[in-house]
Amino acid sequence: MSRGLSTEPRADTARALAAGRKPRRWGAWYVALHRFRVMKSYTGTVVVAGIGNPLIYLYALGVGLATIVDDGLPDAAVGGVSYLVFVAPALLASAAITVASEEFTYPVMLGYKWNPTFTGMSASPLRPTQIVDGVIISVAVRMAVNLVLFFALILVFGAAPSPVAFLMIAAGLLGGLAFGAVLMGYTSTLEEDTGQLAMVMRFVVLPMTLFSGTFFPLSTFPVWLQWIGWISPLWHSTELARVFSYGYEEPIWLTVVHVAYLVVLVVIGWAWARRIAVRRLGR
Amino acid sequence: MSQPVIAARELVKRYGGFAAVDGISFEVAPGESFGLLGPNGAGKSTTMRMVGAVSTRTSGDLSILGLDPDAHGPEIRSQLGVVPQSDNLDTELRVRENLLVYGRYFGLPRRVVAERADELLAFAQLEDKGKAKVESLSGGMKRRLTIARALINDPRVLLLDEPTTGLDPQARHILWDRLFRLKEQGTTLLLTTHYMDEAEQLCDRLVVVDKGAIMAEGTPADLIRRYSSREVLEVRFGSDRNVEVAERLAGIGDRLEVLPDRILVYSDDGEAELVRITDAGLHPITSLVRRSSLEDVFLRLTGRTLIE
Repeated sequence: MSRGLSTEPRADTARALAAGRKPRRWGAWYVALHRFRVMKSYTGTVVVAGIGNPLIYLYALGVGLATIVDDGLPDAAVGGVSYLVFVAPALLASAAITVASEEFTYPVMLGYKWNPTFTGMSASPLRPTQIVDGVIISVAVRMAVNLVLFFALILVFGAAPSPVAFLMIAAGLLGGLAFGAVLMGYTSTLEEDTGQLAMVMRFVVLPMTLFSGTFFPLSTFPVWLQWIGWISPLWHSTELARVFSYGYEEPIWLTVVHVAYLVVLVVIGWAWARRIAVRRLGR
Repeated sequence: MSQPVIAARELVKRYGGFAAVDGISFEVAPGESFGLLGPNGAGKSTTMRMVGAVSTRTSGDLSILGLDPDAHGPEIRSQLGVVPQSDNLDTELRVRENLLVYGRYFGLPRRVVAERADELLAFAQLEDKGKAKVESLSGGMKRRLTIARALINDPRVLLLDEPTTGLDPQARHILWDRLFRLKEQGTTLLLTTHYMDEAEQLCDRLVVVDKGAIMAEGTPADLIRRYSSREVLEVRFGSDRNVEVAERLAGIGDRLEVLPDRILVYSDDGEAELVRITDAGLHPITSLVRRSSLEDVFLRLTGRTLIE
């Protein structure tokens, strides 16, 4: 009859332990589902921009500008392929960077501060690390959709000769996430946006796009400017995409460096963003 | 005896050198409605975030549903409903969608969440607003939606941080009515407020908190009996004369409080004190006899009013 209070298993404790299981395993996915629903409200923009931008860029640069470039330069300047073939992988890789700079800046600021949905999530069984994971997963999916569309249009333009050209989708995704994860880490540290995010666009994203061997090979730069390319995730993903797209010749170790560098950035940025989330949401 | 749902002992939270919560201890029994009453900055919200297994404590013991939040955050949070001080609904989603995505965080099946969402929209009197944008809702409606969202997991414990701050009287009464229904259904409530009428309406038991520490604990009636008289006579002589007049009121009532705009005379018979004052040849501009409230308890304990 007499049951010790301390030894009696509590029904409410047992219930809590059971209810924690699913969120512990699937929490990041639940966050991604939430983000997808938000993205659905701008599906139109994603699709129109996803098709429109590649169309415009491929046509303007790959077809328009190419008429001058292809005539004026020896083939060897861009690696023995037409300018369209040369520039297409770079444009695809840049598109991933654009998605990253849209999704890992203002939406993150929004979640922490302006419309603190992350605070709301952290009151639920979700853990701060899962919130970060979910945001990154959802952006990766959106990025992949954009890249697939982009790749399809490159095929329409006949600008990807290699049979493994589809792998440039993976190269673009890796580059976009490498830059994006670090960017998310940075945005997470901002208590206030007093123009930092606009500065990132102007002084990081724009120069990176111009100096990453996007429109012309990095080797045409003087050596003292080439370092921008070496540290730029966009240069690494562009070169990687070129290897897949038309068999651009580079030493194998360099290809390995591209992958390794991008993976390292993903890991560092992701871990940084998680760390900040734990600290910021657990105050 | 059933074990407490929430047990806090010597709970401390420091930010740098500043102790926002400085050794708070309390217990909340299942089905009880427990309040933290105190002014802004007393450490109520910080306490709530620790009980909510979000903010980690600096020291002390804390157990919610028999679990330590440091080790079992997700498990504890799966059983809580949280209404934060400021709404954090997703304004990029529609009203009903807010409930749908939130319900999924608890790992609840889509069908169950959809069913509950409709029930809760009705409970929150927002049935016809399901497809509306969050931004288009009034303050009171947003608050009710936040409460509906907090109930999506059928929580054992509901944490409400300043649930009616910023709402007009009518919206407050609708909200109190909803909370009262939950209380009747046996939901454990933990709420913070700096409104004494809210505390009196909703709390079975409460602690008065000031500067991160507990000043007193008891039922509202208890606290009033212990720290105040049955009635209070409020007299006004004009803001420049109150202090001067107060000196001449010595001996009247059990105790006097002189506030900038009025003098409070504590007594079991307010009318009788008023007669004594007028007999003494003093004529207040206005006078009012009322029952003692938690506001008076707070004033007595801290020397300050709740809303400054």
